[in-house]
Amino acid sequence: MRPILMKGHERPLTFLKYNRDGDLLFSCAKDHNPTVWFADNGERLGTYRGHNGAVWCCDVSRDSMMLITGSADQTAKIWNVQTGEQLYSFNFGSPARAVDLSVGDKLAVITTDPFMDLPSAIHVKSIATDPEDQTGDSVLVLKGPQGRINRAVWGPLNKTIISAGEDAVVRIWDSETGKMLIESEKEIGHKKTITSLSKSADGSHFLTGSLDKSAKLWDIRTLTLIKTYVTERPVNAVAMSPLLDHVVLGGGQDASAVTTTDHRAGKFEAKFYDKILQEEIGGVKGHFGPINALAFNPDGKSFSSGGEDGYVRLHHFDPDYFNIKI
Amino acid sequence: MHKSEIKTPPTLYVGSCVKYNSSKPYRLYRVNNNKRILKSQSETMAIDKLSNDPNPNQNPKPKQKKFQWCELVDEHDGKDLDFLLPPRQVIGPDERGVKKVVKYEFDDEGNEVKKTTTTRVQKLAKTQLSKRAMERRAWPKFGDAVHDDFGARLTVVSTEDIFLERPRPHGSKPEETKVAGNLGNAGAVLMVCRICNTRGVHWTAKCPDRHLAHHTDDPRANEGAYVPPSMRRGAERPGGSDMRRRSDENSVRVTNLSEDTIEPDLLELFQTFGHVIRAYVAIDQKTGMSRGFGFVNFANREDAERAINKLNGYDYDNLILRVEWATPR
Repeated sequence: MRPILMKGHERPLTFLKYNRDGDLLFSCAKDHNPTVWFADNGERLGTYRGHNGAVWCCDVSRDSMMLITGSADQTAKIWNVQTGEQLYSFNFGSPARAVDLSVGDKLAVITTDPFMDLPSAIHVKSIATDPEDQTGDSVLVLKGPQGRINRAVWGPLNKTIISAGEDAVVRIWDSETGKMLIESEKEIGHKKTITSLSKSADGSHFLTGSLDKSAKLWDIRTLTLIKTYVTERPVNAVAMSPLLDHVVLGGGQDASAVTTTDHRAGKFEAKFYDKILQEEIGGVKGHFGPINALAFNPDGKSFSSGGEDGYVRLHHFDPDYFNIKI
Repeated sequence: MHKSEIKTPPTLYVGSCVKYNSSKPYRLYRVNNNKRILKSQSETMAIDKLSNDPNPNQNPKPKQKKFQWCELVDEHDGKDLDFLLPPRQVIGPDERGVKKVVKYEFDDEGNEVKKTTTTRVQKLAKTQLSKRAMERRAWPKFGDAVHDDFGARLTVVSTEDIFLERPRPHGSKPEETKVAGNLGNAGAVLMVCRICNTRGVHWTAKCPDRHLAHHTDDPRANEGAYVPPSMRRGAERPGGSDMRRRSDENSVRVTNLSEDTIEPDLLELFQTFGHVIRAYVAIDQKTGMSRGFGFVNFANREDAERAINKLNGYDYDNLILRVEWATPR
């Protein structure tokens, strides 16, 4: 396959997200402008101007009309996808890290980093149908985890919120009462910061990637550990194929060590694993910095990766990928 | 040239790689007021016939277009006569994706020009687009993308083909090594990989983990530990040992070398003058780049003298070389 290289960002990529139809690809980077691309040919459709800090995460509504972004400038913003116009800005006292829209796009979960005296928190905001009526009030605020909460997503039927972050613990919260329901056990859980979390297409299980050089597959309701994928390098990004039983892990050595070693030592590959057998299928090379973001097209026929090198690489699979055997 | 071709729905052709543009003008030669002959043999037959016809105005053949040559020539107006030209032809794309478009037009002087554009269309992806997605295709650009033009090259198709690299060849298992040994196949037993210590699977040179070899074996690879510059990879130079036994006789110093010049280049340049014992380019130990000078030792002093006379001031790789006797240390 010949990947398409998209060089729109001037700083390392942080997050990638496809819309539901799989025709748009949203990219967030440490420069201040989230960008939307056409996912088939990589053409840039537009940028969302207004943030004043690194953008860490984004989510797009099911109808692809609304985008929500969380940024280090202590805001989370709602955008009109089509025009790039800012519709609303949630202001926090600390940098916003993860954002996720609920099923139905009526609620959003936004996490904030610990900052000054403020501890990290998970905020649940209600999203108005008409942006005119939007308010900044939190429906629910969850506190407790130590350190940054790198990812928070909605569980099945919006009944739970799953969070993971620097304390290496995966937690499931009740989204009504705000009580913590389940916590991953120390022995079987990750040993270091969880950097990424990705739900399966049907929402029955999810995958977490951690700096302890492993990725783990969990049941979304019971939080039982299903599989563990072990690799040689810290995992910064994970994705699951919606089409095949494949898991992709992205990562690489620390950015600080990149310039002092051979480029082949960096392991800046997107590693494909068989989801069930936990065996490595292969690697896709190309980035010259660690991979920070991975996303699968909802049709499962292409995926994109974003790296510390500022490039988004969009890969359309060759036909033989679909009959690959271990 | 980069071109994006989109054909929707349901198949979407995205991106094309190379575009060769060749335009070959075929002039129409005017013989007299109402006759034209094409110089090119490959041009359309209709016009050829016309020019051989003694009375083209009175007997227009059914195959020919309905126009009168004399009127055309008198008008001297090429712009509105496009209907006279043969129609645009599109050939392909064939199985290799090569598409040819043949176009005829008049240039400023009224000459008929045949333009052939050859394009290679490469199919990168086939996507089904929903109705909503089709609408989104037509959305106007916004934000910084408003100013995106063709030359911005924000999006490029990778020039290199990337494959899903398998950790080992399909069907082979790590356990296979034992089986191969038991078979008693002499060749297989001899085949030992020094990198992964397997027997009978592949040679060291074919090892899939070959690139890891110096990282895994190398005790210096320990992260964080200090490695003196002389111990770093790339620091050892093959010329290190013959530094001592090199003779300073007939030594020529070459300066103002380009950074790309390597020792074989220097050897090639100087061996035309006589037997060269040693050609050496100084390499910066930190950067691994050439420092821009080198030494050449000749077997005979006369050869060295001739080389100095010839090559001092010689233009090499856009730089003017300075070649002189090396000062003895």
